[in-house]
Amino acid sequence: MKTWEFIVRRLLLLIPVILGVTIITFTVSHVIPADPARAFAGGPKAQPEVIERITKELHLDEPIWIQYFYYLNDIIHFNFGKSYLESRPVSDSLAQYFPATLELTIFAMVIAIPLGIVGGIISAIRRNKLSDHITRIIAIIGYSLPIFWLALMLQYVFAYQIPILPLEGRLAIAMNAPSTITGLYVMDSILTGNLTTLGSSLYHLILPSFTLGFATLALILRMTRSSMLEVMGMDYIRTGRAKGLSERTIIYKHALRNALIPTITVTGLAFGGLLGGAVLTETIFNWPGMGRFAAEAVLGFDFNAVMGFTILVAIIYVVANLIVDVLYAVIDPRVRLGGG
Amino acid sequence: MDKIPPQVKLIDNFLKKHESKIKDLRFMGHLFRKSLLSMIGLILILILIIVALFAPFLASQHPAYVRVSTDQGTTVTEERWDIHFDQKLLPPSAEHFFGTDDYGRDIFSMVIYGSQTSFRICIIVVAVSTLLGIILGGIAGYFGGIIDEILMRITDIFLAVPYLILAMAVTAALGRSIDNIMQALIIVWWPAYARLMRGQVLAVREQQFVEAARSVGASNSRILFRHIFPNSYAPLLVQITLDLGAVLLVAAGLSFLGLGASPGTAEWGLMISSGRIHMFHAWWYVTFPGLAILLVVLGFNLLGDGLRDVTDPKLRR
Repeated sequence: MKTWEFIVRRLLLLIPVILGVTIITFTVSHVIPADPARAFAGGPKAQPEVIERITKELHLDEPIWIQYFYYLNDIIHFNFGKSYLESRPVSDSLAQYFPATLELTIFAMVIAIPLGIVGGIISAIRRNKLSDHITRIIAIIGYSLPIFWLALMLQYVFAYQIPILPLEGRLAIAMNAPSTITGLYVMDSILTGNLTTLGSSLYHLILPSFTLGFATLALILRMTRSSMLEVMGMDYIRTGRAKGLSERTIIYKHALRNALIPTITVTGLAFGGLLGGAVLTETIFNWPGMGRFAAEAVLGFDFNAVMGFTILVAIIYVVANLIVDVLYAVIDPRVRLGGG
Repeated sequence: MDKIPPQVKLIDNFLKKHESKIKDLRFMGHLFRKSLLSMIGLILILILIIVALFAPFLASQHPAYVRVSTDQGTTVTEERWDIHFDQKLLPPSAEHFFGTDDYGRDIFSMVIYGSQTSFRICIIVVAVSTLLGIILGGIAGYFGGIIDEILMRITDIFLAVPYLILAMAVTAALGRSIDNIMQALIIVWWPAYARLMRGQVLAVREQQFVEAARSVGASNSRILFRHIFPNSYAPLLVQITLDLGAVLLVAAGLSFLGLGASPGTAEWGLMISSGRIHMFHAWWYVTFPGLAILLVVLGFNLLGDGLRDVTDPKLRR
């Protein structure tokens, strides 16, 4: 199978998964609540006339499968209903907050992936030495830490006790956001050549992206270490040694390339954890992203917003894993030849 | 010669019958004890269990449990702690090991009682998800075909939404409470077990001893319960241990967001959330409940890793 054939096949497989996700979100929003109309109308304190209007608008008095049809139609048109907290379509809110979350997640990855891989290699080649023990302990603490607590502790230490980093937000308070091109402040300030905003936005990214990336770092470190150890025991590594290759060539040219394959898979899966973690991280660092929006929506009984966010995140996650799968197929021909 | 009492004979027979298994367990125990990190994990979890069981003896303040009615007209039991405004936000001392909170409640006592809530959440969520996963995954793997296909596509879909976010949406739909967090987490967690179990069954199904059982006419349920399940317990046990910690992390996160218990309950995630606004003048308020979560999750992770190392023959090096 050629690579493009593999990609097309995987793209087609996306359709049933995304349809399935809409069935789950439909069930969660239309079947699970004791009174869906009340939930959509803003929860316990909803007015009777609003409930009545919502019932009509969402066709909640019709059979369940007709409700699903209307629901699906709305989602295909990216119509997630109106947000009660922000009095505008949920899709507008999500579109506004998306870049902030994207920026945060990208920087979390930028911290987690290289540090995780390097840590994993060091740990593997110095197996059972002191540096191995230290990196392993960091890793196991990394995925045992409650992310929201880590965020608060980092704030306490680096923004209060030793005030070298900003407490919250995306930019210094007096600063205006760069003119919107991509919505990513770092990108926009580079494009507009504004070095002060660039500095400030990078400075504000340090704590939240480290917080968000730490668990992923731990996961990648662990995966790289174990797959490195496995690969280092293979015959072709012994062959390499026997023919007198330097240890450096063996590690970086022969072992690492093969050891990274499982690491890539884990990174794709970890992306889901990042999106979930973003809800908590953004809430604490007052980061104006989708996660903070969703957390506020849950507490404010803004049901449309919660459901819209859930669907969007599911789609992002599924597409991210598709990209990982494709990357995997490009790197490892066995995946393609194995019939996908 | 003295007659051997029947009990001794029974034990003797049992030991003989299971000799190889006991030897194996002994060997695993030996490997486990040799690993420092695994032992630390085990000790942390034993401490958790002891603290949860003996909370009334360890804590200096105790909650009262009262029945209150909810918006939906049902009654639930709520935890109430006495308020001492004259003692609010006191730093750690000999009297209050972990200090006091903004209502003058003893944080040490609340952390101690919080272990019961955490323990309950972890055990119930993981037990129900495992049970569902074993049954559904077992059926899918054993019978294969269309049942397998449908079940696996359903799990694909569930696994396509990040845990915390799906659980958050479900809790939003069910209403805020600890019980609803548990229900949401079960809905989110069972698919992973169904997949694990299916994989195990597929691996064991074609082995000779299963074929032998089938050829002598053993029924499907006998094969499943006598031959397949007992031979797939090891990876399941490892996963359960690791998930006990993972469930606690997600549950605490949801509580922190305000989806769990009502304010004033001894629940670790909630305590961190209430302590957040006091963080800069009362560091102890958020610090100790967070440490409790960290240590318990760490315990489960170390224990799970240790169990994996001793039960997976590939890793016994």
